[in-house]
Amino acid sequence: MIQGTFLTPNTIDEAVKFFSSSEGSVKLLAGGTDLLVQIRNGFTKPDKIIDIKNIRELQEIIDNGNGSFTVGAAVSGASLAEHNKFGKNWPGVLEALRLIGSEQIQGRASLGGNLCNASPAGDSVPALIASGALAKVHGPNGIRSIPVEKINLGPGKTNLQKGEIVTQFDFPDREPSSSDSYLRMIPRTEMDIAVVGCAVNISMDGDKCIDARIALGAVAPTALLVDQAAKIIIGSKLEDDVLNEAAKACQNACKPIDDKRGTITYRKKVSGVLFKRAIQIAKERALKV
Amino acid sequence: MNEMSNKWIGKNTIRPDGAEKVTGRAEYAADTTMPGMVWGKVLRSPYPHAKIKSINVEKAQSLKGVYSIATSKDCVDFPIDSPVILGIQDMRWMSRNVLAKEKVLFHGHPVAAVAAKTEEIAQKACELIEVDYEVLPWAIEIDDAIKGDAPILHDFIKHNNKSSNIAGTLEHSKGNIEKGFKEADVIIEKNFETAAVHQGYLETHACLVSVAPDDKMVIWSSSQGQFMVRAMTSYITGVPQSNIRAIPAEIGGGFGGKTIVYLEPVAAILSKKSGRPVKMVMTREEVMRASGPTSASKSTVKIGVKNDGKITAAKGIFYLQAGAFPGSPIRGAAGCCLAPYEVPNAHTIGFDVVSNRSKVAAYRAPGAPIGAYAVECVLDELAEAIKMCPLEFRLKNAAKEGTQAVHGPKYPKMGYLETVQAALVHPHYKLPLQKFQGRGVASGFWFNAGGESCAQVNITEDGNVVVTTGHPDIGGSRASIANITAELLGIDVGRVSVLIGDTATIGYSNLTGGSRVLFASAMVVTESTNEVINILKERAAQIWDIDKDAIDWENGEARPAGANAGKFKPLSLAEIADKATPTGGPIGAGHQVNTVGAEGGFATHICDVEVDVELGIARVIRYTAVQDVGKAIHPAYVEGQLQGGVAQGIGWALNEEYIYDNKGHLDNPGFLDYRIPVCSDLPMIDTVLVEVPNPKHPQGVRGVGEVPIVPPLAAIANAIYNALGKRFYSLPMSPPKVLERLEEN
Ligand SMILES: Cc1cc2nc3c(=O)[nH]c(=O)nc-3n(C[C@H](O)[C@H](O)[C@H](O)COP(=O)(O)OP(=O)(O)OC[C@H]3O[C@@H](n4cnc5c(N)ncnc54)[C@H](O)[C@@H]3O)c2cc1C
Repeated sequence: MIQGTFLTPNTIDEAVKFFSSSEGSVKLLAGGTDLLVQIRNGFTKPDKIIDIKNIRELQEIIDNGNGSFTVGAAVSGASLAEHNKFGKNWPGVLEALRLIGSEQIQGRASLGGNLCNASPAGDSVPALIASGALAKVHGPNGIRSIPVEKINLGPGKTNLQKGEIVTQFDFPDREPSSSDSYLRMIPRTEMDIAVVGCAVNISMDGDKCIDARIALGAVAPTALLVDQAAKIIIGSKLEDDVLNEAAKACQNACKPIDDKRGTITYRKKVSGVLFKRAIQIAKERALKV
Repeated sequence: MNEMSNKWIGKNTIRPDGAEKVTGRAEYAADTTMPGMVWGKVLRSPYPHAKIKSINVEKAQSLKGVYSIATSKDCVDFPIDSPVILGIQDMRWMSRNVLAKEKVLFHGHPVAAVAAKTEEIAQKACELIEVDYEVLPWAIEIDDAIKGDAPILHDFIKHNNKSSNIAGTLEHSKGNIEKGFKEADVIIEKNFETAAVHQGYLETHACLVSVAPDDKMVIWSSSQGQFMVRAMTSYITGVPQSNIRAIPAEIGGGFGGKTIVYLEPVAAILSKKSGRPVKMVMTREEVMRASGPTSASKSTVKIGVKNDGKITAAKGIFYLQAGAFPGSPIRGAAGCCLAPYEVPNAHTIGFDVVSNRSKVAAYRAPGAPIGAYAVECVLDELAEAIKMCPLEFRLKNAAKEGTQAVHGPKYPKMGYLETVQAALVHPHYKLPLQKFQGRGVASGFWFNAGGESCAQVNITEDGNVVVTTGHPDIGGSRASIANITAELLGIDVGRVSVLIGDTATIGYSNLTGGSRVLFASAMVVTESTNEVINILKERAAQIWDIDKDAIDWENGEARPAGANAGKFKPLSLAEIADKATPTGGPIGAGHQVNTVGAEGGFATHICDVEVDVELGIARVIRYTAVQDVGKAIHPAYVEGQLQGGVAQGIGWALNEEYIYDNKGHLDNPGFLDYRIPVCSDLPMIDTVLVEVPNPKHPQGVRGVGEVPIVPPLAAIANAIYNALGKRFYSLPMSPPKVLERLEEN
């Protein structure tokens, strides 16, 4: 149980003011699906909770045209899935967010929470990174825009400064024939935590890959953008040997640990497998757009 | 009773607890509250093994809001080296499991408990208790516990005249195995390992205990036996049973794990010392760390066959973890493993191994899945070696009526053979398989149990029926008892209410375990109902002023028979009930019996798996469970039991395991990393109910709840072999393990 203050600001300014001026342990709450579990387990005991899900900007989904979207950091998986265009443009991001938890969790779980919780295994994070989205951050010193892959520093650690809140994600324009995908390995079929996650975002010109971003989750202290793998496939026709080489680059980028969820060898091996499967899906999707 | 004429037996009547459960009205233990109630919390050991030098509760006691503190000093003092047997449990261990005495023996072992105004204060007070420990070396795994220089948990326990962690053995022998192996054309011997797995009931342990100033105690708790709760609490607290009223709550799953106490005696002590009702609810983490999983195991099985498929000899050695105190289910492993077969020469032996883990508790057919896993996998290899269909091979060796089982009894009529035959002709067995898919089969046996049961059948003033029995309903006993009572009385099942009595309202009834409940309670309910029918006939005889023997009870009414046939208008149950007072008073009957004749249950399962060979994930894609269920009184419930057992078996085979870190702490004490299957992990589990009625039961009932968890471990292992051409000898067959195996060579 928690004893303390629960604040429900309606504007970003108010939230930033509360957040930056608070003494002691203060936590932002979006969906709460990580935070409440952590409080119950005794991992964190905030004196103050700032509920940010009532702020308009954090709940908005804006279609900027050309496949570009601005999505509020507290938009739930269920709400994003109901949007009639977002999922067509960013199916990989949506499917990653939708993998989180169950129907009940989907009513609350957000992209902002998944990212800022800073678990190496957060499912939507590799997809956000692969998409090239920028996180808009409001703080006491103003607004900054940061590539998603720069937000997390390690398990439970972000580079957000005191008083800073991720308010929105800006997804770039979509090139023609481009799409994304996300796959994760879990021992169960759902309600599990990723042992490895892999997101691929590619643009095609005919059968040639002209751009790509590849990201891996759960194989290092933070989700990784694997430039080496992208470099190998850009310009290729995604032939088997190219993909094998890129899969190896994925494996080499992994810095996993041995733990109860999987061994180093297993995680490395699986990252290559998921990469090859994810890129097939992304390619098929891209060629259909 | 003529099969065809059955109106209620064999029908899927509406479950009596359904509406209450789906509308949230059913009361589970954690739903109970009392005025003035306070909260209990347990302080648990931070070490897997340590001597308790002293416990200082002063600081905790003086925290505001703290009412009372309990330690083992408040329990009845049972010397550690002399047994205090209650059923299959030993109260000197039980009391030390509930509150550690000389030593803590596992991480999470209760050391003390606090009752306070709120759970938070109780928790805080626990942190203020100062325990001086002398940390000792520990052993978690079987190999570490049985090696020469292993740290010894209980010095006085001797094996081969030496202090040992082997706390006991159990053996079965038949014929001469040396001779038997000499006769064999093919002999296969293999080693197997299984991990400790938890029952995984959704409802965590909970209770509310109120001890009044006159020492009268009321316990509300979630358990598999209110009489077990009463007896164990009485032993541990010293309060006589007549002063304790144990009220069973609805239970959110037990699977054997709620056949012992954890919280009730502690809450009783805290309540007695504080004068307040005390409520305790375990967290999931406490359940995982400190309530019983079932044993991890290591075994070696050797079986010899002739080329024609006849088994000549079998040998099985089973090491089972008991956790901190003796009492692993070696009987289930060594006793059930060969039960489906006619084996002329056999020797099985089980070793009960203590180590620094939480004390094991019963789990669905305790020990039997472990034994069957090893035997059924070796049989699969033998069938392949002699190029025989694994089901034909089992058919050839099937035990039947008259077979002398390795574990002792000579079988009466039973249906093992029928389960194999039904599996052989089942369409599933012939379905084509795709690449990386495989099919496996395995059989299994469970003893089943009888024992003490009581029932009371009362006719209400308006001519309806209330039946009270004495065991918590975990698997559908209320619905089945209603079916039987309605059938016997010839009335609509909706007119029968079945209740679970508490320890003050019904006579001693053994706990819900061993698949005994419907077998035993149907017997006492049948006797009681037949006696009620006799009384009803007597009353009709009085009303008509004719001889009682000249009356038939048919279709819910008394009818004049023989010479009097047709002379009087039949009297319905309601009409007789209406005249109960002038004809002799209330109508009802009760029986209390130590039931015998619970015959064993057999099953044969067919399992199809598909393996993702790049990720090492094996998934069960098709499953058929064939079981001799005796007589399915309520088929949907029986089917549910079979499906539930298989679901748990699939979890055991593929993903579930207790993982310890290098400090001797359980590393996955929750459902995120202790992976029981979720719905989408399972295929529709098909069932075939073979009915070979138990000749020793009025309705032919055999226990059905435990057998279905026995075959899956081997059925799945055999299916994975069939898919991949690689055998796995250790469970769980989790993705990293499968992938590693696939990468070999
Ligand atoms: C049953 C269950 C299943 C789950 N399954 C999965 C799964 O499959 N995959 C997965 O990745 N996760 C899973 N999770 C974890 C969780 O649901 C996700 O991480 C979810 O996206 C968190 O979003 P939220 O809005 O609920 O975050 P919250 O709990 O509200 O916040 C999480 C953290 O981020 C901070 N935070 C939130 N929003 C912001 C913001 N805008 N700016 C700065 N900081 C912020 C909070 O202070 C907190 O520390 C599961 C959780 C549960 C309970």
